[in-house]
Amino acid sequence: MSTYADPYASSRETTEGTVFSVTGGDWDSLVTEIGQAKEERVVVNMGPQHPSTHGVLRLVLELEGETVTEVRCGIGYLHTGIEKNIEFRNWTQATTFVTRMDYLAPLFNEAAYCLGVEKLLGITGDVPEKADVIRVMMMEFNRISSHMVALGTGALELGALSPMIFCFREREKVLDIFEFISGLRMNMAYIRPGGVAQDLPAGTVEKVLATVKDLRQSFKDNEKLLVGNSIWMKRTEGIGYLDLAGATTLGVTGPVIRATGLPLDLRKIQPYSGYENYKFDVVTADTCDVYGRFLIRINELEQSLRIIEQCAQKLKSLEGAPVMVADKKIAWPAQLAIGADGMGNSLNHIREIMGTSMESLIHHFKLVTEGFRVPAGQVYSAVESPRGELGAHVVSDGGTRPYRVHFREPSFNNLQSTSAMCEGSMVADIIGAVASIDPVMGGVDR
Amino acid sequence: MSDEQHGMFGAAGTGDTSGYGGLVRATASAGSSQRPFGGYFDQVADDLERAYPDFADAIERVVVDRGELTLHIKRERLVEVALILRDKLKFEMSMGVSGVHYPEDSNRELHAVYHLLSVTNNQRIRLEVSVPDVDPHIPSLVEVWAGSNWNERETFDMFGIIFDGHPGLTRILMPDDWQGHPQRKDYALGGIGVEYKGAVTPPPSDRRSYK
Amino acid sequence: MASRRPRVGLEEKLPSGIVLTSVEKLAGYMRKNSLWPATFGLACCAIEMMAAGAGRYDLARFGMEVFRASPRQADLMIVAGRVSNKMAPVLRQIYDQMAAPKWVIAMGACASSGGMFNNYAIVQGVDHVVPVDIYLPGCPPRPEMLMDAILKLHDQIYDEKLGPNREKVIKEVEAAAMAAVPTHQLKGLLA
Repeated sequence: MSTYADPYASSRETTEGTVFSVTGGDWDSLVTEIGQAKEERVVVNMGPQHPSTHGVLRLVLELEGETVTEVRCGIGYLHTGIEKNIEFRNWTQATTFVTRMDYLAPLFNEAAYCLGVEKLLGITGDVPEKADVIRVMMMEFNRISSHMVALGTGALELGALSPMIFCFREREKVLDIFEFISGLRMNMAYIRPGGVAQDLPAGTVEKVLATVKDLRQSFKDNEKLLVGNSIWMKRTEGIGYLDLAGATTLGVTGPVIRATGLPLDLRKIQPYSGYENYKFDVVTADTCDVYGRFLIRINELEQSLRIIEQCAQKLKSLEGAPVMVADKKIAWPAQLAIGADGMGNSLNHIREIMGTSMESLIHHFKLVTEGFRVPAGQVYSAVESPRGELGAHVVSDGGTRPYRVHFREPSFNNLQSTSAMCEGSMVADIIGAVASIDPVMGGVDR
Repeated sequence: MSDEQHGMFGAAGTGDTSGYGGLVRATASAGSSQRPFGGYFDQVADDLERAYPDFADAIERVVVDRGELTLHIKRERLVEVALILRDKLKFEMSMGVSGVHYPEDSNRELHAVYHLLSVTNNQRIRLEVSVPDVDPHIPSLVEVWAGSNWNERETFDMFGIIFDGHPGLTRILMPDDWQGHPQRKDYALGGIGVEYKGAVTPPPSDRRSYK
Repeated sequence: MASRRPRVGLEEKLPSGIVLTSVEKLAGYMRKNSLWPATFGLACCAIEMMAAGAGRYDLARFGMEVFRASPRQADLMIVAGRVSNKMAPVLRQIYDQMAAPKWVIAMGACASSGGMFNNYAIVQGVDHVVPVDIYLPGCPPRPEMLMDAILKLHDQIYDEKLGPNREKVIKEVEAAAMAAVPTHQLKGLLA
C-alpha cells in the first residue's frame, strides 16, 4: 500500500517475542505474520491515543481470539506533578492547581483541599452558612455535569452516538450556571480556604430554579434513550462484574461499590459542609455490573436536583450573608467585581487601599503575596466526588506554603479494578467496563 | 519535621536585604498524645490492645490531632497490625499510601501514611511508618488490601520507598526509564525561566517567595 | 508542511501562472472546508473541544464533527491539554502518522507553552515536539475561542500556495526569520 517503509509499522524481535506495530491499512500483513508465528499468544496495545479509552489510558491486552486473558493498564501519560507544584505556591494559590486534577469535577477537588486546610486552621465551624450552602449547590451541579460527561462518553464508546449530544446539551445548561456564579465554565477555583471566592450575583436563585426545572424534564427525555433499551442492556448487563468483596479489597468507592448494593456515600456517613441538613437518598443497585452503575448515575442526577432545590430555598433566606470566614487574617482581602477589562478587584476596594488606608494596603499586600500561615500538622479530608471518595492528605509545616498535599483520587484506585473486571470477557466489554468506572486521567495521573 | 523554621523566604541567594532571612520561628507539631484520646479513638486503641498483645511494642507513638488518630508503627510490625485492623477491628478499606519526605528528620526521612476506613463502624484511622533514606524498605500491604498495589507503586515512583513483597514494583506515573524520585524534597521542581523581551521570570522554585 | 516533497497528489501535477492561482484557491477551498480533526484530547481542554463538537457550539457546520481516531484519516491535530514527558513520543508518533497536508492547533495554555505547569513533568509547549500552526491561549479556551482559532486556520489554509509559489513563500519567511531580532534581544517597554 505505502510506497515507503513506515518507521512505525514494522515487526521486530524482542526478548518477549515478536512485536508488531499496526498503524492501519496493514491488517492483512499482521494476520499473515501471526499465522506464521508459532505462538498463540497475542498481546495488543490500546492507546494511549484511542477514541474509546476515556483519555490517555493505555491498555495492554493479551488476547486469545476475542477473549481477553490478561489486561493491564498503563497510566502516567498525563502526570503533571501538581502535588509538587503546590509546594511552591501559597495555600490559596494551590486551589487553582488542585482544581485541574480531576477536570470534570473541579469543585470537588477544591472542596476536598479547602476542607483539609480549614481543618488544619481549625476554622471548620467558622465557615459561614451561606458559603456552605453555595459549596453544596455548586458541588451538586458539578456532580450533574460530571455524570453527563460520563453517561455521554460511555454511550459514545459503546456505539450510541445520540446520548452524547443530549448529555452535552444538558451539561451546557449547568456550565451556564457555573459561568453566571463564578465567571468560568471549568476549572473555576471558586471554593477557597475559608469560604467561596465571591458572593452570588443577583438573580441566582431564580436562574437555578429555572435550570432545575429544565433539567428535570430533559433527564426524563434522555432516560428514554437507553434505559430499558434491549441493545444497550445486552451490551451492559453482566459486563464488568465486580462484587462487594472485590470492591472492598481494591479500595473501590463511588458508583462502582454502590452497584454491589453497599450504600457507601460519604455525604451520608461522614457529612461535610452541612450535608446532614439535606434530604436525599443514596442510590444503589445490586447487579454489580455496568448496567447497574449506569442506572446509579442516572438516578443520582435526580438526587442532586433535589439537593439543589433545597439549597436554593435556603439561599432565599440568606441574602446578604457573608461568604468568607470572618477572620480577616485568613479571608481573601478584596471583593471581586466586573470592571472595564474583566473581573478583578473592585474599584471601591482599590480606592480604599490606595487612597485612604495604608494599613489596608499592607494587609492586602501581605495576604496576597505571603498568604496566611497554617499551624503544623496533617489532616485527611474526604468528599464524595462523582467517582468515589476523593481525599486530600494535607501536611503543613507551619508555613505559608503547603508542605505536602497528596490526593487520594477515586479514579486512580478504581482503575485498578480493570483487570478484575475484564479478564475473561471479550474485547468489546473492556470498553464498557472502563466507561462504567468513569476514570478521569487527570485525576489518575495528577 | 523540625521544631523551628529558619528564615522567612524560600529560595536562598536571591539578594534578600530585609534581614528576615535570620528569623527563627517555632513550629512544633503535635507530639505524642496521652489517654484519654476522646471520641472513638479510645475504643479503637482498647480493641487493638486486646487483639494484639504486643501493641505497645509495635506502636512508636499515638497522635490525636485535629480530630484524627495517627498510629506511628514500626515497619517490621506493619503487616501484623494491618491484618489485625482489617480482620478484628473491621477496617475493611484502605484509602491508599501517601508518602511524605521530611529531610530534617534524620534517620526517619521517608514517611508512608496509610488511611484506613471502617465501613462497619464508620471510623477513620491513620497509620504512619517512618524509614531512613539509606534503607527505605517497608513491607508491602498488597496481601492485606489488594488496592495498595498501585498506591505503593506510586509512592515508590515519587519517593523511592521500596515495598518488600510487592508483586511488581515499577514506575507508574513517570516514564519507565526516569531517573530520580520527583516528589522528594531534594528533587528540583524542574521549571525553566520564562524569557520575554529581555526580562526573565524564574520558575516558582527559584523565586524569592515566602516560606 | 514545510519542505518534504510528497510523492503523489496535487503538487505533482501543477500547472503554472494564472491557472496555478486558480488551482491554489480551489485546493485551499476544498481543504479548509472539510478538515477532519484527529482525536488528541488530553486533559481539560479536551472537554471543551468535545463541547465545541457537541450541540451548542457546533463544529459540524464547518464539516469537522467527525473526529477521526486513526491519524491516517485526519488532517488536523488539535493538541488539547497538557503534554507530559511520557506522552511526548506518542504525540510525535501520531503526528508522523498523519498524511500531509496536516496542520496542528495547540489548544490551551499548556499546549502552547506549558501553561501554569512549569515543572519536570510537562513539555513546555508542544512546539518542542511538533510544528504548530495556531496557538490558542486559554485555560481552557471557550468553545467559541476554539472555533475562532479554527476559522483563522481556515483562512491560513485558503491562502496556502502550491508548487513554485510555495517555495518562494518558504524562502521569504525564512529570510524574514533570519533577519528578525532574536527573542532574547527584544526589549520591552521598561528597557
